Amino acid sequence: MRISVTTSIFIGLMAGVALGPSAAAAEKTKFEFWYGLSGDLGERVQDACKKFNDSQSDFEIVCTSQNGYDTTLQNTIAAYRAKKQPAITQIYDAGTLDMMLSGAFVPAKKLMADNGYTIDWDNYFGGIANYYATAKGELNSFPFNSSTAMFYYNVDAFQKAGIDFKPDTWEQVEEAARKLKAAGYECPLAFDFDTWQLMEQFSAIHNQPLATKANGYNGLDAELVANKTKFVDHVKFFKKMTDEKLFVVKTKQLGMEIVPAFTSQTCQMIQTSIANHGTIGKSLPEGVKWDVAMLPVWNGTERQNSLVGGASLWVLAGRPEAEYKGAAAFLNYLATPEMTEWWSTVTGYIPVTKTGFDAMKSNGFYDKAPYKGRELAIESLSFTPTSENTRGIRLGGFTQIRKEFSTAFEAIFMQNADVQAELDNAVERGNAVLRRFEKTYAGQTLN
Amino acid sequence: MDKRAAFRSWWLPSLFALPQIILILLFFYWPAVAVLRWAFTLEPPFGGAAEFVGLANFQEVFADPLYWNSVGVSLAFALCGTVATIFIGLVLALAVDRQLPGSGPFRFLYILPYAIAGPAAGMAFRFILSPERGLMASVNAVFPEFWNPAKYGSHALILVIVVFAWKWAGYTFIFLLAGLQSVPRSLIEAAAMDGSGPVRRAVDIQIPMLAPTLFFLLVIMMTEGFVGADTYGIVDRTTEGGPNHGTDVMVYRIVEEAFRGLNYSGASAQSLVLIGLIMIFTFIQFRYIERQVHYK
Repeated sequence: MRISVTTSIFIGLMAGVALGPSAAAAEKTKFEFWYGLSGDLGERVQDACKKFNDSQSDFEIVCTSQNGYDTTLQNTIAAYRAKKQPAITQIYDAGTLDMMLSGAFVPAKKLMADNGYTIDWDNYFGGIANYYATAKGELNSFPFNSSTAMFYYNVDAFQKAGIDFKPDTWEQVEEAARKLKAAGYECPLAFDFDTWQLMEQFSAIHNQPLATKANGYNGLDAELVANKTKFVDHVKFFKKMTDEKLFVVKTKQLGMEIVPAFTSQTCQMIQTSIANHGTIGKSLPEGVKWDVAMLPVWNGTERQNSLVGGASLWVLAGRPEAEYKGAAAFLNYLATPEMTEWWSTVTGYIPVTKTGFDAMKSNGFYDKAPYKGRELAIESLSFTPTSENTRGIRLGGFTQIRKEFSTAFEAIFMQNADVQAELDNAVERGNAVLRRFEKTYAGQTLN
Repeated sequence: MDKRAAFRSWWLPSLFALPQIILILLFFYWPAVAVLRWAFTLEPPFGGAAEFVGLANFQEVFADPLYWNSVGVSLAFALCGTVATIFIGLVLALAVDRQLPGSGPFRFLYILPYAIAGPAAGMAFRFILSPERGLMASVNAVFPEFWNPAKYGSHALILVIVVFAWKWAGYTFIFLLAGLQSVPRSLIEAAAMDGSGPVRRAVDIQIPMLAPTLFFLLVIMMTEGFVGADTYGIVDRTTEGGPNHGTDVMVYRIVEEAFRGLNYSGASAQSLVLIGLIMIFTFIQFRYIERQVHYK
């Protein structure tokens, strides 16, 4: 419990600091925004805050990085319990259900209506908005930094190995891997134990359920079923490829993660977020040809839309009325087409609104070299209208469920454990997490 | 009574003690009471009505085989870590205590690792000992699969114990060196004149006289190994509890459950069990080992 105490002290100090030097600009309403992005992306958030503060004189936003999505959620909870919460906080996809059931927020639609902004809610891409919306389709939070998983491959290596096709199907990926191996490439495809690409995105684009009740959207009594779908065969395929040394595990415990493995040209194919598009372009040596594609599907599959990842912005309850005016102004500012374009350009995250995307497309943004390919993320996200299995994942304790599955992958790929048995085990343990979550929120229903 | 330097009134000593009492109440008893309350309810993360569930959280913890796995891992970690740190600290202290030429800088150097935060040390060792890229990569090239903490739980456990020992050996070193310096020189000189070498003197004179210090370090290091912030930090930055729960020590499990899983109640129940275990261990140590260490 030591951490919660230090966190609350830290928050207390932060609140003190934030209140301190405000004498000069007393007429401005100050409010806080906590976010989880760090490093380069974190600095871009600071830029956005500065742009907002320079653009008007009524409000001042104070933006603080909490250095990680999970710490942002933890600190938000600690702050909320101590009644020192920020006005706006950035919560990642897996924390969405915890926020929805917390009752600790002001719904997005209500906030904007109360403060006199008219937002065209249909302007958000369905695949993005649906993830964060209620069953009725109303948004509780604002989609902010959105991404999806893509397939990256080294075009130079493909040419040298005599591969003349794009890896659209897993059959083709296997063939490419064999040719790369024959051409002397030690690591044709790198993967890690992140469930997001391997399990969640795979299940979505193959229209396979992860859990019953439309992946949890229709009730807290959902049960995991990922051990009974095509996903099992997919893991078996990965296991076979790994045994033949065509697919190679790259984790930080082994010494190198998948993105550096790709950018150092150690490995020639990876699946990772579109948000890494900028980093990969910058890190690969000048002149190396590479490309992105939508995630491969198995032959004969009717491809479905992929899932949105990233985070959304929640406005927390219990702040003074004046701060909500500022929060609404800030969120409205972020949604302007100019800001949407700026944010997508400097980060690699995809524009979340249709008008933002159209503006960027007509500007020729996606035709130029460093940004070419990013439009495929939008195509992947809006490939089909969302089905029960591709709307999103609304399961309680999802961070823990992810951990159960990545532990199963560890056992399967590192320790040669049986695929079906490990997945059964992960599902059983994951279901226990779901049942406890259901009991914790007994009597509450999803709306 | 009057001859003792005592306070005549009760309020002045209370005033002196007040800051300490407030600190203890604030940082120990208050959280402890919260943990106690959460352990018997199902606490929603953002607060609100928590249902009383009796012993259900404890039943769930005890029924989980992975919990018992983490108890075993913690025991192995704390025991091996304690033995390693005390042994290394003792050897270093005995060497420095001989005051050979140039031992001054070594005294300083041996303490340095203690000043480095556990997570930072963990991060560094993850790179240094990574099986495909670090120092061990060259060994693995000759003897495949000689070292792979990402694959074998035992290797991963060795890795975290190495980091722990690397950091905490400096701490035991300070105490043991101070202890050695209070051993009367005349005893050692007399033994030397009788012809005993440094090892014999260490085994027969110095180590027995260090017994109280060794006991103190045993208790401190065992507790540190079980619940120390470094234990969490090291595991978090190196193995993340893996591979396949191979280094899933109890503190790591508790923090993961509470703050990543937002299962405050389950984590509280585990915390209480851990506190209970520490109390039992400390009791055993005082009851059975402390008796052996007194000398006149």
